[in-house]
Parts: sequence; C-alpha cells; structure tokens
Amino acid sequence: MGDLLLKMAGIEKSFPGVHALSQAQFELRAGEVHALVGENGAGKSTLMKILSGIYSKDAGSVRYQGKEVEISSPRAAQHLGISMIHQELNLMNHLTLAQNVFVGREPRQPLRFMLDEAKINAQTQALFDSMHLRLDPRTLAAELTVAKQQMVEIAKALSFNSQVLIMDEPTAALTESEIDELFRIIRQLRSKGVGIVYISHRLEELKQISDRITVMRDGHYVDTVDAKAVTIDQIIGMMVGRAIYESSPEVPEQPEQAVVLAVRGLNRGTAIRDVSFVLKKGEILGFAGLMGAGRTEVARAIFGADPIDSGEIFVKGIRTAIQSPRDAVRHGIGYLSEDRKRYGLAVGLSVEANIALASFEQFVGSLGVVDDSKVRSIASRYVDLLSIKTPGIQQLVRNLSGGNQQKVVIGKWLTADTEILIFDEPTRGIDVGAKSEIYRLLNELAHAGKSILMISSELPEILRMSHRIVVMCEGRITGELSAAEATQEKIMRLATQRSGMVAATENSFAAKAEVR
Amino acid sequence: MATAEKVFSAPRQPILRSNAAQKLLAFAALIVIFAVFSFLSPFFATPENIVGILLATAVNGVLALGVTFVIVTAGIDLSVGTVMTLSAVMTGLTVSLAGWPVPLGILIGVLTGSVAGLINGLIISRMRVPPFIATLGMMMVARGLALVLSTLETGTIKPIYFNDVPVFRQLMMGSILSPLLAPVAPDFNLPNAVLILFVAALVAAFVLAKTVLGRYTVAIGSNEEATRLSGVGVAGWKTAVYALGGTFSGLAGVMIASRLNSAQPALGVGYELDAIAAVVIGGTSLSGGQGTILGTIIGAFIISTLTNGLRIMNVPQEWQFVVTGLIVILAVYLDILRRRRM
Ligand SMILES: Nc1ncnc2c1ncn2[C@@H]1O[C@H](COP(=O)(O)OP(=O)(O)OP(=O)(O)O)[C@@H](O)[C@H]1O
Ligand SMILES: [Mg+2]
Repeated sequence: MGDLLLKMAGIEKSFPGVHALSQAQFELRAGEVHALVGENGAGKSTLMKILSGIYSKDAGSVRYQGKEVEISSPRAAQHLGISMIHQELNLMNHLTLAQNVFVGREPRQPLRFMLDEAKINAQTQALFDSMHLRLDPRTLAAELTVAKQQMVEIAKALSFNSQVLIMDEPTAALTESEIDELFRIIRQLRSKGVGIVYISHRLEELKQISDRITVMRDGHYVDTVDAKAVTIDQIIGMMVGRAIYESSPEVPEQPEQAVVLAVRGLNRGTAIRDVSFVLKKGEILGFAGLMGAGRTEVARAIFGADPIDSGEIFVKGIRTAIQSPRDAVRHGIGYLSEDRKRYGLAVGLSVEANIALASFEQFVGSLGVVDDSKVRSIASRYVDLLSIKTPGIQQLVRNLSGGNQQKVVIGKWLTADTEILIFDEPTRGIDVGAKSEIYRLLNELAHAGKSILMISSELPEILRMSHRIVVMCEGRITGELSAAEATQEKIMRLATQRSGMVAATENSFAAKAEVR
Repeated sequence: MATAEKVFSAPRQPILRSNAAQKLLAFAALIVIFAVFSFLSPFFATPENIVGILLATAVNGVLALGVTFVIVTAGIDLSVGTVMTLSAVMTGLTVSLAGWPVPLGILIGVLTGSVAGLINGLIISRMRVPPFIATLGMMMVARGLALVLSTLETGTIKPIYFNDVPVFRQLMMGSILSPLLAPVAPDFNLPNAVLILFVAALVAAFVLAKTVLGRYTVAIGSNEEATRLSGVGVAGWKTAVYALGGTFSGLAGVMIASRLNSAQPALGVGYELDAIAAVVIGGTSLSGGQGTILGTIIGAFIISTLTNGLRIMNVPQEWQFVVTGLIVILAVYLDILRRRRM
C-alpha cells in the first residue's frame, strides 16, 4: 500500500428531515482497495457523492494529495482525478457506447467545435479490448442488457485514468465471469497505484478483493479494519450494531400439489424458446441461470408486460390470455421487477403512494374516494416490517437510498396480496439484515399458501430458498432440480448448457463452479 | 474465459430501430399524399403549385429546424412564432423606417431571435422555470413587443411595408438559381426562399450530427442527470440550444417579412404549433434524445403539401385544420407502433 491519497474527516450532510452523515470519515491510500460497507441508508453513497462533487458537504474537510480541496462539481472531481461509477445506471440510451464513454470530453477535430467520431470509436475499442469486453463501440446503449451497461460504465470510469475510482455496488448486476473480469481489472489498477473505493453488499466479495474495510452505520463512522483480519460475521456485527440472527437454511417442506400456474410452449423470438413449467400452491420455485438467460423475459411475458409469439398460460387450470400487466394483476399475479428505476417505481411519488400503487382498489371507499388513513396505516406497516429507512411515508422515493427503494417495491407487491408473486432478483442491493428479513417474508408467504417464482443469480440464495429449481440458458429451460438434489455445480452445469457450445467452455465453467 | 465472454456478449439484434426506417416511413407518407392529390386534382402537380408548396414550407421549415434542437433536449419552445414576428418588425424598423442598409437590418432581425432564445435558455437553465412556462411567457412578451414597436411610426398598430427597398423582397422571392435551371425547366422559377431553407437545413443537420453542441443536445435529452454527472455543463449547453432555436426564429422572421413585403405585427401566434407538428411528424420524440433534421424537413413538407392540396380541392379552411390535426396524431401513432414491434 502506498501513501495516503485522501482523507475525509468530520463530514456532515443533512437533507430535509434526514441527517445523512454526521462526523463521517474515510481515508484512502494509493494502491489500495478500500471497501465501504453499511446497511441500506447508512450514508455510503452520500459520502462518496460528496467526494465526487455531486453533493456539497455541510461541514468537514477533504484533503487530497496533501492539500485541502473543495470539490464543487462532477467536473471539478474529474479534474482532480476522482471518478465514480454510480449505483444507478447512468448511460444515455440514445448515444452509442463510444459517445457515452467520451461524453463531456470529446476529442475535437479539425476545428474546435467538430467531433471526431472515428477517434472515439477507436479509443473505445481499445479500452474494451483491454477489458476483454466484446462490444461494438457503435452500438446504441439502449440495446445492451443491464449487465453490459454496467461494464460500459466501468469502462467509462477507467478511461479517465483516475487516481481515485469509486465503485458504488458495481457487481450488483454482473455475472460471475464479469465479476472475475472486474476483479482482474481492479487488481491491475491497484498495482498501478490507483486508490479504489468499493461499496458492496456482497460481503463474500470483500474478503476477495479489498485490503481494508470501513464500516458505517446511520451516517456515522464505525471503524476501519484490515480485511484479512476480520470475519464476515464480525463485519456484519459492526454494520448492524447487534448480533444478527441468520436463520439456518431451513429444509423446505413439500408444498401442496395443486398447480396454480402452468406455462406451456412459451416462445418469443430468440429470447424465449419453448418454455414450459408449473408452479404449485405454496411453493417457492427458483429460476436460476446466468444473466441474460431469458428469465426476466419469461417473467415479463407471463406478467403481460411483453407480447409473446406463442404459448399458453393456465392460471388455476383455466387457460388465460394475459395481454397486459392489468390482466395479470386481475388474475392474481404480481411482478417485482429487477430494474426498479425503470419499471418498478414512480420515483417522483411518495413512499405511501408507491406502496399503494398496485392495489388502489383496496383503498377506495364507497364514494370512490381514496381512504387515506388506510393507505397510511398499510404503508407504515410495511415500512416497519421491511425496515425501510425513511424520515416518513410522505418522503419521495427518489430520495431514498438504493436498497430502500428496492424494499418499497417489495412492499408494493406484498400489499397487492396476489396469489402468485414473481420476484426478480429480490435482494439485489439489499443489506444483510434486510435480506434475511426478506427471506423470512418469502417463507411466510409460501406457508400462507402463496406461490412464488423467484429469479435470482445468487446461487446460495436459490439453494436456500427454493423447493424446486428451474435452470435456464439462452432462452431455453435446460433442466429442473429438486431442492434435495440441487448443488451449485449441477446448477452451473445446466446454466451453461448452450446448444452447440464448445466443450471447453463448459468444462471451464464446471471447474469454476467447483472451486466456489 | 474469453470464449465464455464472447457467447455472453452476443448483442441483441436491433430490428427496425434505425432512424432510417422512420425517415423512410415519413418520406413514403409524403409521396403518398403527393400522389393522391395529383390524382384528385389536375392543378396540383403543376410547376407553379409546386413552387407554391416549396415557398409555403420555407418559413415553417426554418422555424421547425430550431424547434427540433429544443425538442431533442426534451424541452419545448412555444415562443418561436411570435419571436419570428418580433424579428420581422425589428428588420422593418431598421430597414424601412430608419433606412439602414438591408444586410444590417437582416442581421438585426436574426439577432433579435438569438437574444430572445438566449433569454429563454437562461430562464430555463438558470432560473429553472420549466420550458413550457418560460417559452409561453416569452411568446406573450414577444407578441406584445412586436405590437408596441409597430406603433412607433404612426401611433397605431399597423404593418411596416418595405416598398422603398424593393431589393429586400428579392431576398425570398427572387431566384438566383433560375439562370441555372432555365435550360432544363424554364417554367420552374425556384425562389431563393427554398434555397435558404435547404442551406439552413444542411447547417442544422451538420450541427446536430457532427458538433459538440449537437452531441450534448442528444445527451441532455436522453438523460440529463447522467450528462451532468459526466461533467458536462448542462446549463450552458441548454442555453445555447434555446439561443440556436431563437436564431432560426429570427431568420424565419426576416424570411416572412421579405415574402410578405411587410412586417405584420399581429401575425405569428399558431406558427409554433405548425413547427412543433412538423418536428413530431418527422419522428422526433417529445421525450427527448431522438430526432433528425431530415425528418423535420419531411414533416414540414407533409404539412404544407396537405394544406395546399386541401385548398386546391376547395376544402374549407376549418376542415383543413381537422385533417392536419388527425395526420399529426396518426403519424405519431404509426411511429409508436413501429417501436413497439421491436
Ligand atoms: N437527495 C436526497 N434527498 C433526501 N434524502 C436523501 C437524499 N439522498 C440520500 N438521502 C438519504 O440519506 C440517507 C443515506 O443514503 P445513501 O444513499 O447514502 O445510503 P447508502 O448507504 O448508499 O444505502 P444503499 O446501500 O441502500 O445504497 C438515506 O436515509 C437516504 O434516504
Ligand atoms: Mg447507495
């Protein structure tokens, strides 16, 4: 580890009704990966946004390369060599990848005001190549999956040749192989002396990649520890300030046999190919697979959010044509989407309005007037139950931390009280405490006779929660496993079982899976 | 590992997403409209009438060019019509009443538009007034000022004529191209107005596609927050976009004054809606990030061809409005259908 690069001390920040940071501190050395952890709403993103010039601090000092600095705008941060990859995706869909990477500092030729497209394409290509990223710089950002967009954001941040690189949950949407690639890049940067701030809720990653770990709680600094010297349990203890009850993976009991949802021969283009499966009453059915395997597409098709080419959907044995999400909700199907910003939330509305959004009928009185007090009491209940960190149920969802926004979506579908619930990556970006709360809730729901289809890219989560596991690859279902027979290796093998795939690839995957 | 990466990265193939498809669609619509009217009326496809259509497109087309930039940033400009009038009046005052040289008067007219646009931009990006409100206000202010300025001569509101400076009318109605066209099409008296429109369109297309201003116009419309986080000075560039829009309004003002041989202070309200309609028919999305100059030009031609054709068919003006309105809705609906099928 090198010299001290950065020291933030006594940082204060308040938003209306929220004291987000109080006496927060953080330091970073050259050539270190410094992890920043804490529960949802602990103030991690806020602290780093101050460092990258997005928020201004109320008080405190930032010393950078030995000098006291005031960072007043993202541009000022860039000039100092500080860049940040944000928790929410921040690409411009209508621009190409190269244009996205270079926006704000386009090389201009031959006159000052003209753009040099060829040059940015070439430079972006070189950048992608160095990251082993097979993407065409001329593709529009809108055409990429969330995971690929994330990789492009990382490429963009790298292109600044920054001294300080802040990554706010960079792996939340990445596949295993992409995470490996990211770690390779991080190590490479570290050896060049770049200081890296790494925010993540995947605590297992921290041991792998970080040198030191700083823990925050409720806007306060808790401690900074050597990553080699602590256990994950100790980190969790510091994060939540109490011993956390990690329920041991319970042996899922056999659900009832009644089929509530049957899907037969679902097809859409190359995204969904001949998908058939059943979901039983009181069952948690895990959908495993790599990112982009078509699981979200299947969920959206069942929910009526996307049209299908062919296929039949039976709800409780009756063939149903679901043309729109409204139809789906009427037939008792709820969908918690993976991309909360885009599909799951009205970020300009309050917490209570979002929670009630999918079930307003419940709250309408005899005269067609919304029963506000009922909305309020239900909203408050879920805010407590899911421990959503917010100054009040009137707070705009936009102002919540990333993980707390995700909890609001969960509250929304729990309120809607549908028979069939599709959860797409329900714990992405959610802290450990809330994660076990959500697991407990899912179990309770299944006990109460609801049927749950859970899409998750985290194998431990799938293994721990599911009664049965369906594995997808390239739009097809490649296999089904019962809870008893499922292992990480078996799932990985099915998840990489592509048609006409090179054998070597499969082996390398199987090998990788075994290592884990 | 590299092999695995490759398989994962297979990009989703874009179907019909290209802007080319949209332009093709709009262009096809224009051809169809043209063919239908030619079939219905023998007077439609005559050289004089086609020149008439071209001439009618010129002013609205130039206004629509400026509006395109604004709409691509996900903004709106309601003031273009009355700012155009204000610019016309300014040119009238300086050239006709004060007797200043014509080029200077033209410059003042154009710059009047730029200044109005600049003020719009500052109000929107610095004072954070929503574009709809800011430009609605400017629309009324410009209208009022145009009327006030027109009273300077006689104390009452009245048009300012350019009868003393016949050369001014030649700006639009003259034809520097006719000597070139004469051998091929002797009847085809292509007025300069059309030339101005095409040159302006080329400049606009260049700015939108090839310059920094154009790039940031798209970026802001696509995701303003992300653009800001990329270190782009969004406020400044937005101001520049509105100023550019105003400049086109100023040019349109000079053009309409030349064409009518007068500055009509009461004119202008309603022009902004025609311009917006042209932009939208041309495939520019009101939610920003997307739009082309070629599309806008085709959109402007669709509107003027329709208006012209309906008039030739003796459809009363009331009904012309109805038809144009329906076409705007239809055009946008077709565009939505096309996108949804992806
Ligand atoms: N713009 C804002 N306006 C109001 N409150 C805000 C704003 N941004 C953040 N907050 C509040 O500040 C607190 C800290 O939020 P922050 O986003 O820093 O949390 P975080 O540690 O990054 O959490 P997560 O792990 O969920 O991303 C939260 O209570 C949040 O609601
Ligand atoms: Mg955060």
